[in-house]
Amino acid sequence: MAERKATVASRVGLHARPASIFAEAAAAQPVEVTIAKEGEPAEEAMDASSMLSLMSLGASHGDVVVLRSDDEGADTALEELAKILETDLDAT
Amino acid sequence: MMRTIQGIGVSAGRVLGPSRRMPPPVPEPDPEAKPAPGSTVDGEKARLKDAAEAVREDLKHRAETASGDAKAVLDATAMMASDPMLLKAAGKHINAGMSTDRAIWEAGMEVAAMLQSLGGYMAERTQDVLDVRARIVAELNGLPAPGIPASDVPFILTAVELAPADTATLDPAMVIGLVTSEGGPQSHTAILARSLGLPAVVGAPGADEVPDGAEIYLDGASGTVVVEPGSGERDAANKYAARSSLPAFNGSGATSDGHHVPLLANVGSGKDARAAAEAGAEGIGLLRTEFCFLGRDTEPTIEEQVAAYGAVFEAFPGRKVVIRTLDAGADKPLPFLTDATEPNPALGVRGFRTDRTSPGVLARQLEAIAAAAGAHTADVWVMAPMISTAEEAADFAVMCAGAGLGMPGVMVEVPAAAIMSEAVLSRVRFASLGTNDLTQYTMASDRQLGSLASLNDPWQPAVLQLISATVAGAARATALEPASGARTVGVCGEAAADPALAVVLAGMGVNTLSMTPRALSGVGAVLESVTLEQAKELASRALAAHTAAEARTIVRSRLPILEQLGL
Repeated sequence: MAERKATVASRVGLHARPASIFAEAAAAQPVEVTIAKEGEPAEEAMDASSMLSLMSLGASHGDVVVLRSDDEGADTALEELAKILETDLDAT
Repeated sequence: MMRTIQGIGVSAGRVLGPSRRMPPPVPEPDPEAKPAPGSTVDGEKARLKDAAEAVREDLKHRAETASGDAKAVLDATAMMASDPMLLKAAGKHINAGMSTDRAIWEAGMEVAAMLQSLGGYMAERTQDVLDVRARIVAELNGLPAPGIPASDVPFILTAVELAPADTATLDPAMVIGLVTSEGGPQSHTAILARSLGLPAVVGAPGADEVPDGAEIYLDGASGTVVVEPGSGERDAANKYAARSSLPAFNGSGATSDGHHVPLLANVGSGKDARAAAEAGAEGIGLLRTEFCFLGRDTEPTIEEQVAAYGAVFEAFPGRKVVIRTLDAGADKPLPFLTDATEPNPALGVRGFRTDRTSPGVLARQLEAIAAAAGAHTADVWVMAPMISTAEEAADFAVMCAGAGLGMPGVMVEVPAAAIMSEAVLSRVRFASLGTNDLTQYTMASDRQLGSLASLNDPWQPAVLQLISATVAGAARATALEPASGARTVGVCGEAAADPALAVVLAGMGVNTLSMTPRALSGVGAVLESVTLEQAKELASRALAAHTAAEARTIVRSRLPILEQLGL
């Protein structure tokens, strides 16, 4: 299983516009990716491509989240998605 | 064949164009319904996914042509339509043997409850999920998508009645007029039409049954709707389109001979206040404070209130701002203040009356108003809604004095307060006539009921008499005790936004008029076309009329500028 941690950089947290940009990017990946807050069990992780899940995750600016995937060759996908989380999407 | 429908004109203007019908709301799917015979779980899931995808594409397409807030809302809603969380929840219900319609309906409800429990921004998205749910059910059943219909050409929207939620998606560039079969002068449709400056007729029976695409003509001043209009209507619409454009409001309301009638704005937030200042409003005649309280389970803190009121005061440095204390109850229930089980909320514990059942909330609000007023230069006046007696006025004045607020006043919405104006105004410094509620209570007709719209008309002679009585009582209260200054009377109901009625009000001796900022230029221009003497003459003619229609016709026929400006 591939795993990658990332710190939420958007000032509003993973809500609204940043959440929709991230969900869209996750849906576009060839692999299935989950997201959870750091320290939460992997089985409670949520679908990263669901904006509604991201909203209920409630990750704020500065929170560390964990991206995971069981699919083969997921490393590139996780890296790409982590980069999005580490960008302040609300700044543009 | 040409056919005329008579309704109530609520926003002036004459337009002609194809009609588009607002689809009826999507009905709730039967909870007992079984899956269609021969359908499979996988087949139904695939059908649901396709429907969700179609809704998403439609919303995305609409987002491309929208702009600003509407675009953001449509984009976010489009993503929700095919959200895995929503579809997975529905899939579980389908697995359990539920019909597909009901499965997505329940899933939407669960997701909405989840968002609601998160509060704040998430809770505000609840409506979007419910909207998506209805769209998917419509798609599954081949019904037209709910909400304002899409069109490539400008059209006149026909509906039973519009809901507040429809306002977000109404594109004023596409919708050139509104006709509803229900609703009255104070309905959501009417308020929306006036704020957008769209010609509108409400309470026009059968208007929602006009076939889609049929050409219709509407006159928002007379309330006439013509289906398949002739050349006369076409000429009238063309003339309206070529009308002299309304000059922007010059920032000082006055008759042609210089009698000053300050034109103020009705606002509900700091953002509204800044827009009102830009439109030239001379101050705020009604700051509704409900925006701070509505949609909350608990009372906002004093600090939150200070910040919210301060944002409005900041937009009008050195100018008058009349703030109305919390008007909860009736159509604006609040869980921590009002009793939702009252059999007759319009006559129940609402407005100032909530201080009896929940003491403390009003005192804390006054404390917050005083703190915000202290931090800004605006001239802050405070008034209580739903005052019926001189004792209530006196109690409120004492509370204001205790908070250090020097300009206490009352809303006059209850006929008792209008009749007893002299006594009431002996206790406070000013009155503001809320003509929407004053009309509803005078005529004993629910303002939300379209079938009673003709009674709910501020031109009704009884309402005009009560306004006149309030002004006369204020003058007597001033004469009795001149040392405490003139008792002024303003109007902050929709009546003040009707340019013809505004002239009548000024002629009656009303001191200030407060309205939606959109109405300032029209009222300003018409007021400027008469002398004070002419306004007084029109007021006495209106007061002598026996019916609302007679009063309106007499006054309008003597104000030729209304026709020139298409008002």
